[in-house]
Amino acid sequence: MPCRRDPMPPTRRKLPDMTTLAASLGQARKSQAVWFVGIAIALVAWFAIYAKLQLFSQWLVALMPIKQGTHLAASVEFFFYDTPKVLMLLTLVVFAMGVVRSFFSPERTRALLAGKREGLANIAAAHLGIVTPFCSCSAVPLFVGFVSAGVPLGVTFSFLIAAPMVNEIALGLLFVLVGWQVALTYLAFGLGVAIVSGWVIGRLHLEGWLEPWVREVRAGDVDIEDEHISWVDRFEAGWEAVKEIVGKVWYWLIAGIAAGAFIHGYVPAALLSGIMGANAWWSVPAAVLLGIPMYSNAAGIIPVIEALLDKGAALGTVLAFMMSVIALSLPEMIILRKVLSIKLIAVFIAVVGCGILAVGYLFNALYS
Amino acid sequence: MKDIKVLGPGCKRCQAAQDMVEAAARDLGLEIAIEKVTDYAEMAKYGIVSTPGIVINGKVVHSGGLPKEDDLRRWLQA
Repeated sequence: MPCRRDPMPPTRRKLPDMTTLAASLGQARKSQAVWFVGIAIALVAWFAIYAKLQLFSQWLVALMPIKQGTHLAASVEFFFYDTPKVLMLLTLVVFAMGVVRSFFSPERTRALLAGKREGLANIAAAHLGIVTPFCSCSAVPLFVGFVSAGVPLGVTFSFLIAAPMVNEIALGLLFVLVGWQVALTYLAFGLGVAIVSGWVIGRLHLEGWLEPWVREVRAGDVDIEDEHISWVDRFEAGWEAVKEIVGKVWYWLIAGIAAGAFIHGYVPAALLSGIMGANAWWSVPAAVLLGIPMYSNAAGIIPVIEALLDKGAALGTVLAFMMSVIALSLPEMIILRKVLSIKLIAVFIAVVGCGILAVGYLFNALYS
Repeated sequence: MKDIKVLGPGCKRCQAAQDMVEAAARDLGLEIAIEKVTDYAEMAKYGIVSTPGIVINGKVVHSGGLPKEDDLRRWLQA
């Protein structure tokens, strides 16, 4: 394992004495041992606090002038229990995922997939889509970079569908809030939709429906020298991810939890199971259609899902809604319009939408 | 004089990468000509898959996310 520590640049060695404390703190952050010990302590503290959250929220609600057992009490308790819980979970999941992702890069993923035959490559692409890091503004360069380097169109789509659909945050939160069976089924079906949709799009041979310049461009050979990545860098990457993602989604999360708390306290179970229960056949397509124009972060949608399930909504319907919200988003379509013709985007939405529909019905059949 | 290109569609990170390059060059006392490349076809020709990318004198040195400060100085001085 490459654990080379980069030497301090000469300019920093000449710092005046006043800043020695800051400098030694900075140096401590470069030490692998300090990171390992720090993470171990943080983990112990995390579990200790996490175990006491329910007590804490009950204590907090008891302090407030709210009558026990009312709708309001149920809502408020849900809110005060879920907010710290979900935030703590989110931090843990995002940090772990940030570290895992430092082992992958889009360039390496492309090299793995270029020139491969469809089929197995679709499966590989969908899996790589979960762990390969790329920011949303990279979606177009990534698409063009893949296609121009000889990654088949269908395989590229498997990657692009899996990346948002199997969201690691959603996976982590489902695992803890709803249960491992549901999380695992979500993972399997999300991958399944990405693999099959990509394969179908590949079979349709739609290369002609790309924007003309995309077909013409040929990727240049690129040979980026390795940027020595040590464990310290990987932990730093995890921490950066926490700062960026948690900093960006916390308000989605609070909004989601507030919506969840409202559903939890006020929406009668009979009403929801009538609309979103397994018996209403039209509820799955309605959920998918409703999800396309909606755009939310996966973190915001999970607390809503937790509350909906609590009230007897059918699992398939709820998951179809969630997948549609995070995988088929209007802003992403608008970005992809730069490289795909309208016809190709329509095919993309239709194929993925059908996949999600199938997942919804299947889940409802399996779990009811 | 170094010819530097920052590749990216103009998201926040691309701007941050450009600021980093400018600051590092100023620190090192290097003269640079910096250019933003926002054309997707142009980016693809350099062979990068993720943005922001950094090209120094025609050679791709970095792609995806922000570079490390130390690496950036090394590339600029090379």
